[in-house]
Amino acid sequence: MKTEQLVGHGWFPAAATDAASGPDSLFYFILIGSIIIFAGILYALIHFLIKYKRKSPNQLASGQLVHQPLLEISWTVIPFILVTIVFFWGYKDFLKMSIPPVDSMEVRVTGKKWLWQIDYPRYGVKTVGELVVPVNQPVKLVMSSEDVIHSFFIPNMRVKRDVIPNRYTRLWFEANRTGTFQVFCTEYCGDGHSQMLATLRVVSQEEFKDWLKAGSSGGDLPLPELGAKVYTKYACNTCHSLDGATSVGPTWKGLYGSNRPLTSGSAKADDNYLRESIVNPKAKIVAGYAPVMPAFAGLLSDREIDGVIEFIKAQK
Amino acid sequence: MSSSHNENYLNTPKGIWSWLTTVDHKRIGIMYLVSVIIAFALGGLFALLLRLELWAPGQQFFTAKEYNQLFTLHGAVMVFLFIIPSIPATLGNFLLPIMIGAKDVAFPKLNLASFYIYVFGAIFCLASIFLGAVDTGWTFYTPYSTSTDTSVVTMTLGAFILGFSSILTGVNFIVTIHKMRAPGMGWFKMPLFLWSLYATAVIQVLATPVLGITLFLLILETTIGVGIFNPAIGGDPVLFQHFFWFYSHPAVYIMILPAMGVMSELVATFCKREVFGYKFVAYSSIAIAIIAFLVWGHHLFVSGQSDYAAMIFSLLTFLVGIPSAIKVFNWITTMYQGSIELKTPFLYFLAFIFLFSIGGFTGIMLAALSLDVYFHDTYFVVAHFHYVMMGGTVIAFLGGLHYWWPKMVGKMYNEFWAKIAAALIFVGFNMVFFTQFLLGSQGMPRRYYNYLDQFQPLHAFSTMGTWVLGLGFIVVFVYLVRSLVSGEKAPDNPWGALTLEWKTSSPPPVHNFEEIPAITGGPYDFGKEEKNG
Repeated sequence: MKTEQLVGHGWFPAAATDAASGPDSLFYFILIGSIIIFAGILYALIHFLIKYKRKSPNQLASGQLVHQPLLEISWTVIPFILVTIVFFWGYKDFLKMSIPPVDSMEVRVTGKKWLWQIDYPRYGVKTVGELVVPVNQPVKLVMSSEDVIHSFFIPNMRVKRDVIPNRYTRLWFEANRTGTFQVFCTEYCGDGHSQMLATLRVVSQEEFKDWLKAGSSGGDLPLPELGAKVYTKYACNTCHSLDGATSVGPTWKGLYGSNRPLTSGSAKADDNYLRESIVNPKAKIVAGYAPVMPAFAGLLSDREIDGVIEFIKAQK
Repeated sequence: MSSSHNENYLNTPKGIWSWLTTVDHKRIGIMYLVSVIIAFALGGLFALLLRLELWAPGQQFFTAKEYNQLFTLHGAVMVFLFIIPSIPATLGNFLLPIMIGAKDVAFPKLNLASFYIYVFGAIFCLASIFLGAVDTGWTFYTPYSTSTDTSVVTMTLGAFILGFSSILTGVNFIVTIHKMRAPGMGWFKMPLFLWSLYATAVIQVLATPVLGITLFLLILETTIGVGIFNPAIGGDPVLFQHFFWFYSHPAVYIMILPAMGVMSELVATFCKREVFGYKFVAYSSIAIAIIAFLVWGHHLFVSGQSDYAAMIFSLLTFLVGIPSAIKVFNWITTMYQGSIELKTPFLYFLAFIFLFSIGGFTGIMLAALSLDVYFHDTYFVVAHFHYVMMGGTVIAFLGGLHYWWPKMVGKMYNEFWAKIAAALIFVGFNMVFFTQFLLGSQGMPRRYYNYLDQFQPLHAFSTMGTWVLGLGFIVVFVYLVRSLVSGEKAPDNPWGALTLEWKTSSPPPVHNFEEIPAITGGPYDFGKEEKNG
């Protein structure tokens, strides 16, 4: 699914929430104020440079003004007033961002190297890398990490929050239009950091209900196609190439049936080996690779695991 | 004292051993200068390489891990080995005793010890590059830093050792300013550069131990598994961020305050003017040093600290911005009615005002809570702190280096090439970093190896800027080295400045002055000069 381009009609990517108006207009307020003051600074610099340029080698300054109380008071008080306005404005919207409405729909987000697992506890639906929410409905994300610190950032919603191990953080937003939007991880988390992406899909209420019903099972796709879908959806492609290129993990090209040199001993990559490597990847580590893959036990259905194995078989 | 006029600190006594064992603050300053230039070249090389990788999305030259190591090393080398010692340990060491009319710092042997501690720490940092270069980012955030297999311990041990160098230099400077001022050199007769060095030294002494303790705890956790930051063994990862920024935010002022001091000297000399609002500029350095300790939480607005803590930190951050803004207004007003000479150091003064102002305005944007939520950890932040650290400190360092170069080495550099280089650096810098404000505004996260296709044109332009910037620095290096060989001999006071370092020969004699100078006027009494003359 292609996400909307992160360019807007103004300075920021096009907003998809009413809450964006607060920070966006604050930004323009500071920007315009800064441009005016900066223009003043540049004017003074250029004006003085021209007017007071040294014309003869030993020319002295024409005056030694060191105090001008009115000037000094005004350039202290005016910035003070301006930053006070900016402070309250920023704080007001920050508070709105941190307090989710009581009727929010709760979604759990788990970050781990290097994917986002999304959990709809009330509906028993799980996805990876795709957050689907209904439009005009406040959504509260309750987030935690299974390893290092991550951060969940949706530019179009103007929200971001760190995702921390052993602690819950939360973030909420309410989309005001449908569409597909980009989600980034913005706390550095290692080799796959820039691939730790997700999409936010905002759909109508009806579509959302249908989507929940279909669950994330993959319906009745043929197994290899289901596997191909899982490959991108669950971000296997972050670490496993299909063209033989070495990445964080071994390539899938020619993997099936090959002999795998392990950190201790070796193994043949048959169906059971592949299944174990998916649900419990730390059991057998291929020599030369770090044991960094998260376990997919409980994340993928049996049918999806079968699909992945069939998909790997097809990568000759 | 010296029999021949040709005898100076550079050639007396002779021999490499006399340099390595010197306790002369001037020689130590020069040794620091050579060291930080090497560090800057190394950090700059890492920057060029990592920008090359970002030319296009996907793999260009390096793997993700190598890229992560590059930006970590760029940050760590630039912060710990270059920018923190840059102005205080080079220009500060060289000038502080001369500017107050003293023969040396209060503890000359300690000063030499600081230098060797710096070298020792630097060796650890550089060794870590070959022992599996760190890939944590220069901030070493836990639990990533305690779980990566790279040489975090060696690097943090290096930073830990460097901290002692910084502390000892700070102590030395504070005592020197208190105790070694020549008769008649009252606090308000000191050049503003010294006020800023004093404020810097206070931060170095008070804040650096916290970094030392933090890094030490990190090392304890990594090596013997004491659970402090790692949640898996009962620690709290956000605690590390608090500890780390409790030092590292004040450290930002260790970097910028000396730069502000250089600005005051440049504007006074090249406008032949008393600095507008001297006392305010002096006190504001101290004010900034104090408030600097109370704003660390603005690095944690989205880290899950309490909303009230965020509110207080936001407010204090705005407050610390005001003295900086007023200083800028003071410097500009100093130009009023001046006699302005557009020499290279003054070009850097103008560049500083331009770039530091942009750094300041974007700082206001970042201090606003609701906006920081959006900008945090995007390229907007990267651009902002480069405008302050590089557009501010590095530009001021260059300005100061050009200003005091004739005094330090006794030779003039080529003014024409110096102006060309200043222009290249100014243009290149803006190409690299203004672009990054735009990238960050579109949501581009920092520390990304790969990125969405739509960001490519801006990334490519930013990378091209690094070539212009790099060329500018190479030109500076070439004409400065050339000046050593074939430069015109510098007069004692080429710029017509009034501070004490210009009253001695260029380069100065071993004990700075032939006789202790009598201090009659203030550092910027250009008005009195007029009446007398």
